[in-house]
Amino acid sequence: MSVVPIPARRDTSPAAAQGGRGAGLSWLAVPALVFFVGFGVIPLVGVLLLSFSSWDGLGDINFAGLESWRAVLSDPGLPHALWVTFLVMALSWLVQTPASILIGVFLAGHQRYRAVLAVLYFIPLLLSSAAIAITYKALLDPNFGLGAGLQIPFLVQDWLGEPVLAMGVVIFVVSWQYIPFHSLIYQGGVRQIPRSMYEAAEIDGAGRMRKFFSITLPQLKYTIITSSTLMVVGSLTFFDLIFVLTAGGPGDATRVLALDMYKRGFQANLMGPASAIACILVLVGLLMALLLRRLGGRDASASQMEGA
Amino acid sequence: MATTLTKEQARTTARHAGPRRRSAGERPNWLGGAVGWLWLVIVIVPIYWIVITSFKSQSTYYAENPLVPPADPTLANYKMVIEANFIRYFLNSLVVAVGAVAPAVAVSFMAAYAIVRGSRGRFLRWTNSLFLMGLAIPLQATVIPIYLIIIRLHLYDTLLALILPSIAFAIPLSVLVLSNFIRDVPKELFESMRLDGATEWGTLWHLALPLTRPAVVTVTIYNALQIWNGFLLPLILTQSPDQRTLPLALWSFQGQYSINVPAVLASVVLTTLPILVLYVLGRRQLLAGLTAGFGK
Repeated sequence: MSVVPIPARRDTSPAAAQGGRGAGLSWLAVPALVFFVGFGVIPLVGVLLLSFSSWDGLGDINFAGLESWRAVLSDPGLPHALWVTFLVMALSWLVQTPASILIGVFLAGHQRYRAVLAVLYFIPLLLSSAAIAITYKALLDPNFGLGAGLQIPFLVQDWLGEPVLAMGVVIFVVSWQYIPFHSLIYQGGVRQIPRSMYEAAEIDGAGRMRKFFSITLPQLKYTIITSSTLMVVGSLTFFDLIFVLTAGGPGDATRVLALDMYKRGFQANLMGPASAIACILVLVGLLMALLLRRLGGRDASASQMEGA
Repeated sequence: MATTLTKEQARTTARHAGPRRRSAGERPNWLGGAVGWLWLVIVIVPIYWIVITSFKSQSTYYAENPLVPPADPTLANYKMVIEANFIRYFLNSLVVAVGAVAPAVAVSFMAAYAIVRGSRGRFLRWTNSLFLMGLAIPLQATVIPIYLIIIRLHLYDTLLALILPSIAFAIPLSVLVLSNFIRDVPKELFESMRLDGATEWGTLWHLALPLTRPAVVTVTIYNALQIWNGFLLPLILTQSPDQRTLPLALWSFQGQYSINVPAVLASVVLTTLPILVLYVLGRRQLLAGLTAGFGK
């Protein structure tokens, strides 16, 4: 995104070859490091330590060995919460990715639509998860919601009262909130595909579908990895949306790990088991990021660095 | 600079860009178009519904067609929400957002500059890896120790309790996006600054910052959005109504007026309005920045 109108010129001086004066700059990174270590790294270590403690959130913190882990791992709620978390992750990925790619390709191609769309299209990005959850709760209300008001029988269902429907609503609302963001990422990715590739394909007589599957999609590989990493790690943090929308219900149908952690920790005052759940959450996040890195050959961060 | 373009200029650019993009033999993308417009409808209907419903009285809400604007729009819902301490919650959110975003962007920019310009150092490489690791970790998982730290610092139920962790949470992505942009500044410019005798601090301030202003604006808006809409930290780190931020206030409104849907939706509109104004002002910048920042 350089805005400098200076012609590229290779500098062959020894200083440039060494990449400038590097060592003296370290102090500039210290303030960020202090904040990140203080409220990111230390809590990360802390959550592991707290998982070996018994703490009610108020009193003293006592070492309790493996008690919390034993309690969490033997609780049938854990496999269920893990399953729900993976289900939300997989389904929201499956819905969001194809839609975001299609919309991203569309937005990258046509300037005049883009101007119209860009104004309204990205509003979901601005709303808080709490606002979105509250809106959909009212909108889907079987007695007073949109379906009842318009007398559309299909819409008049107990959307948040049936486990399968509630899961469907969560996936829909998540997609509603995040597809604009991911289509933006794909739009940027499509813009970076060299035109010459399409021109060459056109000379060879390739049609739109052929160009899409043979050029656009393969060229978007790293964008897909970037977007998927953000999507997958992000799906682990869908706490507020689900908390306000369904509170994990009906029953435990939408009780994801993050919600499980909150409920055990801050509602049941079991900070030890809640910390164990948090550790599992971190582990799942890291594993998924590593897996995506394997799939793509490099991870989101690397793709950003090498792409620059 | 995108924001300084006039509408006329922007239109001209678009007109020139249009035919060039649609090269020989390219037909309109019907499938993409259909999905794009369908999605627009899916996005717009709920938003339209929120806005018109917020002007309805409770009785007309139950009686009227939900998609028809009210015959006699009322501001009573807005009045009620504003009287329910909305200004206080708004100011709290503002303090937290400004108090967290300004330092977060400042320290992230300094770190990004150091990482790009001094990438040979072991310390900086290690720091960069640490920030990148932060991207792969759901930082919400660290809220229990953060809660403990905030209590021990005697900051529980204060706005500062929300500001400090918010800064930390904003750093990984900010450093990533900013360093991507700083990397695009031609090396020659840094060299000539150096030959002119500028210090690194001066170079950062007078060269890197002005040249990467679009990225700084993007990161600022993005973080402001995240923090303004934050829910979990206010939920666990504050307690008294006086320290509530808007999303939390929204949630408690919902409990309070659960039967008065128009009033709840008026509060949704009011909490979104400030960020909507920001969006309208910085839309080009935000969208251009996000596409470039994440699309690489």
